[in-house]
Amino acid sequence: MTATMGHHAHTDRPLIELRQARKRYNIGQPNEAEILHGIDLQVAHGEFLALIGPSGSGKSTLLNVLGLLEPLSDGAYALQGQAVQGLQDQALTLLRRRALGFVFQFHHLLPAFTALENVTLPALMAEGRVSAAAREQARALLDAVGLAGAMDKRPAELSGGMQQRVAIARALVHDPPLVLADEPTGNLDTASSDAAFALMRKIHEQRGTAFIVVTHDPRLAQRCDRIVELVDGRIASDRVSGGA
Amino acid sequence: MQTLLIIVGVAAGVAVIAYITALVNGLQANTVNKTLGTQAHISLRAPDDAVTPSWPHAPGVEVMTESQARAQRLRSVANWQALLPLLEQRPEVRTVSPMVSGSGLALRGEASQSIALMGVDLERYDRMADLRGKRVSGELRLEPGEAVLGTELARDLGLRVGDRFSVNTGRVSESMRVTALVDLGIKDLNRRTVIVPLRSAQSLLNLPGGATVIELQVHDVWTAEQVAAELRRMLPYKIESWQETNAQLVSALRAQSISTAVIRIVVAIVVVLGIASVLVVSVVQKQREIGILRAMGATRGQIQRVFLVEGALVGALGSVLGVLLSMSLIWLFSVLALGSDGMPLFAIHLPFETAVRTALLAVVCGVLAALAPARRAARMDPAQAIRL
Repeated sequence: MTATMGHHAHTDRPLIELRQARKRYNIGQPNEAEILHGIDLQVAHGEFLALIGPSGSGKSTLLNVLGLLEPLSDGAYALQGQAVQGLQDQALTLLRRRALGFVFQFHHLLPAFTALENVTLPALMAEGRVSAAAREQARALLDAVGLAGAMDKRPAELSGGMQQRVAIARALVHDPPLVLADEPTGNLDTASSDAAFALMRKIHEQRGTAFIVVTHDPRLAQRCDRIVELVDGRIASDRVSGGA
Repeated sequence: MQTLLIIVGVAAGVAVIAYITALVNGLQANTVNKTLGTQAHISLRAPDDAVTPSWPHAPGVEVMTESQARAQRLRSVANWQALLPLLEQRPEVRTVSPMVSGSGLALRGEASQSIALMGVDLERYDRMADLRGKRVSGELRLEPGEAVLGTELARDLGLRVGDRFSVNTGRVSESMRVTALVDLGIKDLNRRTVIVPLRSAQSLLNLPGGATVIELQVHDVWTAEQVAAELRRMLPYKIESWQETNAQLVSALRAQSISTAVIRIVVAIVVVLGIASVLVVSVVQKQREIGILRAMGATRGQIQRVFLVEGALVGALGSVLGVLLSMSLIWLFSVLALGSDGMPLFAIHLPFETAVRTALLAVVCGVLAALAPARRAARMDPAQAIRL
């Protein structure tokens, strides 16, 4: 892997452009609830952003919306300059393939597959098969996250920290411009958590990949470039952090 | 674990379907074989003598008549020598055998037995009834003055190969020498059958140059009725197929086939429901994996395909196991279900075609069963699936 700072093309349009985004659940029913109350957010290419806030403030919902896993109820969202409203599931899936990588709190590796196979999954989904190039890329990434020796192990044989590193490698294998991480270290001890975070920072430096990291951990948030705080479905603060 | 169980379930279903199919096919083939072994598929006789009205009556005139049916005498099929090559030309006909059949008495010393006298052309008759296969003793040969007897009749008259006895038909009596004994498979036939050369029977029954019946065998027994119908349109004879003469047997076979089909359908439905219920559970259990795959860029179509393939695989694996299972059931049957002679009751085997068809059916069942769960999995909301 060569260090190619900012190798993702920077267009004039921001990577993420969210306008007056609202998300309501159970629309038309007695228990209708609005989780996001008109969010405006812009994220540039190559940013490293922490999304913080108390439980129930709408962080995960916002992340799902940004990840094209849930549609907005109201407002506008453009990813890489492409408006996503009205796109069919197929088009959303293709966009998600191209533009996004995911790291979940509970790593969510598929238990029946080896580490290497888990990492090549996005390639399998995109191409219907795992090409030699994709396999090479997956090996390089696992090597980069320090798991060269664990490629053929199944998730159950790996520690929590190792599993999370596999998940990070998986999010990066198709080289997306943006990685969305939902409490990527929430399940890890401090040492593993620091290591995983450092790994994400390193990739950010090397590849210019933008990260949006949802976290409860103020220590980690401080090590991001920008901190967006969500309270009750609204952006309470948006500030530049001291940086790592 | 569930998948394993349902594969075994599918295997059981496939085994039952394949085994029942093979068993019933074997049973029916055996029954038809036994029934037709000594019978022609189609027989062709002179038309019945009918009473013809003495004068034609004018239209509009009601004539009250009562006529007694005529006694049917022994008559020859008109022009049968010319008919033989004509019938033999037909592609569906396997063999044609002319015969003079009538009744008479077999006498030896004090003993007399009523017999069914059959005058045949040995070459042709053997091709049809496989007389050689039924020979018990002696040498199958029919020169003038020679006869082949059913085993029971020979015992009743105390005859062995080479012995002489006389045949009496009321008009003529002739002395015959026994050349062979045959076991025709049915006791009553063995007790009454005397097979003699065509010419001897013609003279014994006073039908010089005649043949009372022309028997036909076709290649596929089930087409006999159809062939008979065609012949009936062309020829002015009384033509009967074995299906007509064995109407009860045919309807019994049909009832058997229908109930087998019902069993097969019910088993197939059970298999479909079984696979479907396992897949429904599997979709719920794999919600999170489905969500992850969707986040990793899997389309709805890809998710749907995964479950359809799972259904097809369950069907395919189940059918492979099931076919093996049914083969061992069939083997067990042939080992355990023995007749009094220690031989299997009848031969059953699983034709390759049936095995393949049953396996295909199971795969189709698997895919059908997977349709609803697969659609459900594909429609699942990825965000919700991951959260669970």
